[in-house]
Amino acid sequence: MSESLIEESILSRPTYGTLKIVPGLAHYFLADASGAECVIRVVQELPRDMMEKVHILYVPTPGEAALITSLYALGAKRFEHFPTIEEAVSKLGDWLSDAKMGTQLYLAGTEGLVGQGVAKGEACGLDHTAVQCEHRGSLARRVQCVHCKTMIENVTTQPVKCPSCDLLLLVRDHYSRRLAAFQGVCINAEDPSEEIEIKEVFK
Amino acid sequence: MSASDHLIPVVVSNVVEVNPIIKRFEFRHVNGDELPAFSGGAHIVVEMLDDGTKRKNPYSLMSSPFERDQYAISVRRDDTGRGGSKFMHEQVQPGMQMKISAPVNLFALDLRARKHLMIAGGIGITPFIAQMAQADKLGVPFELHYAARSVSQAAYMDSLADRFGDHVSCYCDDQGEGIDLEMLLSNQPLGTHVYVCGPKGMIERVVETATNLGWPAAHVHFEHFLAPPVGEPFDVHLAKAGIDITVGAEQSLLEAVEASGTPINCMCRGGACGQCETVVVACDGDIMHNDHWLDEEQRASRQRIMPCVSRFRGKRLELDL
Repeated sequence: MSESLIEESILSRPTYGTLKIVPGLAHYFLADASGAECVIRVVQELPRDMMEKVHILYVPTPGEAALITSLYALGAKRFEHFPTIEEAVSKLGDWLSDAKMGTQLYLAGTEGLVGQGVAKGEACGLDHTAVQCEHRGSLARRVQCVHCKTMIENVTTQPVKCPSCDLLLLVRDHYSRRLAAFQGVCINAEDPSEEIEIKEVFK
Repeated sequence: MSASDHLIPVVVSNVVEVNPIIKRFEFRHVNGDELPAFSGGAHIVVEMLDDGTKRKNPYSLMSSPFERDQYAISVRRDDTGRGGSKFMHEQVQPGMQMKISAPVNLFALDLRARKHLMIAGGIGITPFIAQMAQADKLGVPFELHYAARSVSQAAYMDSLADRFGDHVSCYCDDQGEGIDLEMLLSNQPLGTHVYVCGPKGMIERVVETATNLGWPAAHVHFEHFLAPPVGEPFDVHLAKAGIDITVGAEQSLLEAVEASGTPINCMCRGGACGQCETVVVACDGDIMHNDHWLDEEQRASRQRIMPCVSRFRGKRLELDL
């Protein structure tokens, strides 16, 4: 799996680092299949007695089991996996609602997962400096159609057609941390008959 | 230009001996006007005209931010200090006219907090009295943990416990009581902000414990009660003004610059806000950095000084003033 290939862009476009364990009362991890190796990399370095402080949530690729086994074998206090990012993020919210100051959150994987993890952490009262992110895998974007507010997952093309209102959207680098989504704006509003080639750009 | 350039004329409306070492002073505007609005944690600078010496010391406001007809401060007497607290204790009487600055807040509650955890040591209690009134009215959860040497020195301990009930926990050293910081800081819900005001050692312990437990720095707030230290007199050359001044033993460099009529920015007068940061043009000797503003690298460079609290020892100090 390649490391993050995000290019430099406007200021609001998030950039990501490399997960590194910092002092904390508890360490929460959320990853998808592309980010699993980051979790394994940092957690397997921890002393055994720290595993009591480690909680892992995982979103596997359908049908994949090897990484589930590897993550389980780390011996975290809690390990759960869910078929969708939404369910895993919802569970993260449940866990964080009981968490104390000193909690650290580590997110690894695609931007959709990382962004939603960041937003959930913030909603639960975590300071942004207590959240670390490492981007791995696809550059597919989570996009909000700014016209009908539909969230479109895994967008890889530019432009993209909104599945709800059918407008052709320019996927901007403008990112909303609150929504954990890039903004998609109608690209041919003045002349809807204008034909624009759809290319795959977010691989 | 600084907050203490626009002083407000007030009359001392009340002086209360809280205990043998602490007095409370209450001020009203000389015209009976409303005083400027402030938020919990703010301080004012009190100007003291003491037999030819002009001192300006900062004190936290302890009165409720929702009462603007008067301000209250508490002053702990320090007989080894520069004389400001001694002047307040010995000379200031009800009915006396004085001048104070508008309030400035360097220790405000972070209103994003889901809970405010306040830790006070000794006279460091004063900003929290105003903050608790504010948090209480805003309906945000808060807790005060207040440690003092002894019951007799613990100003306002009883009244705070009466006023804020379970929100207040008190500890007295002479009863063998102490705050278990590790336990306290390990059991705070996400979104808590901690505030500490008290002796230097207490602030350091809170900051260190919180940091080790993984608290983000943005959730840890502290205010040092810092008075300019006394020291040996020293001479300074002010390059722009082209004059030499002498800083007296019980005078701060800032006060000496002000007394010379040379313009200088300042705000807190306690080494915290950074307003009076001044460029050192030449330095042959040692700067005693007493502030909380400059970092280690800046101090080592000897190119910056905070005149409100820092002093000099050596052959020549030249400032860009």
